Amino acid sequence: MKKAFGPLLVIVAIMFACAPVLIARAPYESTMGLVQKIFYFHVPSWFAMFTAIAVCGGASLVFLFTNRPAADRLAAAAAEVAVLFGLMGLVTGPLWGRKAWGVWWVWDAKLTIALLLELTFIAYLLVRKYGGPGSDKLAAAVGIFGLAVTPFVYEAVNIWRTIHPKTTVVPKLPATMGVPFWFCVAAYMALLALLLTMRVELAKREATLDALYLAEED
Amino acid sequence: MALLRSLLFALLLQPPTPPGEFVPVNELPSADQLPAAPLLVAAYAFVWIAAMFYLWTIWRRLNKVETEMRALEARRGSAR
Repeated sequence: MKKAFGPLLVIVAIMFACAPVLIARAPYESTMGLVQKIFYFHVPSWFAMFTAIAVCGGASLVFLFTNRPAADRLAAAAAEVAVLFGLMGLVTGPLWGRKAWGVWWVWDAKLTIALLLELTFIAYLLVRKYGGPGSDKLAAAVGIFGLAVTPFVYEAVNIWRTIHPKTTVVPKLPATMGVPFWFCVAAYMALLALLLTMRVELAKREATLDALYLAEED
Repeated sequence: MALLRSLLFALLLQPPTPPGEFVPVNELPSADQLPAAPLLVAAYAFVWIAAMFYLWTIWRRLNKVETEMRALEARRGSAR
């Protein structure tokens, strides 16, 4: 797994360096103009967060049923990465909204439920850090809860009346906007893979260190 | 005279008349328009900085664990 760091890091760096060129060449959206280009890294950051949540929720389920430490380590790593991508979405969104809507934040259904999802995974990390014995199982339950909430975050714009653009925007993108958008999605997924690989490796080494300390005590 | 003075005073204190109709954002005077470029640059810069910062924290934690492991193994080696 450690061998994958270097190539992945190079791929991510190249993709993130190329992304601004593709975004700059993409045409302007007719009503919002230049600020709409935030879309190319706002939406992919949510896609990456949802993927990290799927990994966390899936690994949490495996951990609850099989008690495998590797699944627990993967879930913890994915939760931390999910918080990072959620933070990216929650910061880039208001920067776009300030120009497009005239306000930084609106307490409408989509934005509020997205914030709650971010808080759920911050809670996951806090439970793991300060929960004491048994907190791994409790955190796994929080991870599964987060996974269950995620479809509502995605579908919020179709369920409730909000000012946020609908989910139909992405499938209807013209090729000139679609190519840079899907390139950015791929870049975010590569970044997710890199961070997850590194974070899992860290968790593995921490577990080895704990085992060494326990062996020394015995 | 006093009545005239108070009338003049009241007239001066009147708030400016608000615009009567909707003005599209792109027709506002340039001083009132919010530039998009700084927001776009801030968003992209935040993504880069957040990713770099997180990578750095993982790197730092990995080094810390490695150092602790080496110290522990050295201690065990000297104990034997």
